[in-house]
Amino acid sequence: MKALVVDDSRAMRMVLRRIVSEIGFEVVEAADGQQALDKLDEGVPDVALVDWNMPVMDGLSFVTAARSRSDARRMTIMMVTTESEHGQIVRALAAGAHEYLIKPFTADALVDKLRFLGLVPNEEAVAW
Amino acid sequence: MPVSTEDFTFLADFVRDRSAISIGPGKEYLVESRLMPVAREVGLDDLAALVGELRRPFPNPAVKEKVIEAMTTNETSFFRDHSPFDALRTKVVPDVLELKATTRKLRIWSAASSTGQELYSIAMLLDSQFPQLSTWDVTLHGTDLSNEVLAKARSGRFSALEVNRGLPAPLLVKYFKREGADYVISDIIKQKATFERINLAEVWPIMPVFDVVFCRNVLIYFELDVRRQILEKIRKNLTPGGYLFLGSSESTVGLVDGFTAVRVDNTVVYRKEA
Repeated sequence: MKALVVDDSRAMRMVLRRIVSEIGFEVVEAADGQQALDKLDEGVPDVALVDWNMPVMDGLSFVTAARSRSDARRMTIMMVTTESEHGQIVRALAAGAHEYLIKPFTADALVDKLRFLGLVPNEEAVAW
Repeated sequence: MPVSTEDFTFLADFVRDRSAISIGPGKEYLVESRLMPVAREVGLDDLAALVGELRRPFPNPAVKEKVIEAMTTNETSFFRDHSPFDALRTKVVPDVLELKATTRKLRIWSAASSTGQELYSIAMLLDSQFPQLSTWDVTLHGTDLSNEVLAKARSGRFSALEVNRGLPAPLLVKYFKREGADYVISDIIKQKATFERINLAEVWPIMPVFDVVFCRNVLIYFELDVRRQILEKIRKNLTPGGYLFLGSSESTVGLVDGFTAVRVDNTVVYRKEA
């Protein structure tokens, strides 16, 4: 599976890359929304992890633009951002994001959300 | 047995030095709830024995690793493990709605409710998926050993880190409001939940008969005979045809009769025989 990590912070892109690589994702990076749209032309990922505040094109604009593309309809979008007001979360979901992770976050929280979205196999053993 | 001040300080320092995670004063419940299962798992009786092992000149590296892991991961989360909640939605609640169609009373108990995420997850699931329950008499009851965690559960107040754990964003938006840096669960959910202190290993207060009991990842705290007693008491407090959820590594098999294991996709629930 492929993940597109969209964040203007190189450090944050590295953190996200490390976490999702460990659970088997191939990772593509973009430093702003426009770069992320360009990356979609090279192949639509299974999931995009998207910061909100970025130069050139912010995360919300990227979500809106991505959702208008028929080839990206099946891409899951998770906002990963410090923006944590109720209204902002509502706007992101209304624009087409599926999930929302508030910074700072733990690796477990991210993996848990990906699992909930069906993007990580549930490895938990079941007692029988 | 509660952790002693000296052992708590030792454990807090031990974890901080190896993980950079700080466990401040007042977090005794966290240490107890995370490390008692570790003590049991490695064959020790209590936290004092676990600290004794860690204080040795050359402690078992596997024990050290388990302590660090337990203190740094696996925190309580909303919809923890997901699949039990899928089973609740697809099988258990529909069955119980049928079972209780005459009385229209639904009683659910979260027996080790900790800071409330499990019970509030159940409440949100019922509210969002079963609108017909709005005309039912629904009781959602949480119990725990620790007054500290119960106070937090009753407050319904969670940090951003906590709502990040397992809570789908649409439910965060629907059922929480922001207050300062925290998120507070809405009154419509909070007023459905009650919390009470119970030590599962001691005498229980009089409680209603429940239709569904969640008792996940708690039996591991106890010796075998106490597990047996707790399961027997749960069976008596469960309606015939009602369901018991245990942790994925726990089972009624060999401990108590009168339950049938029912597999629902990735989870196993235990149905009380009629």
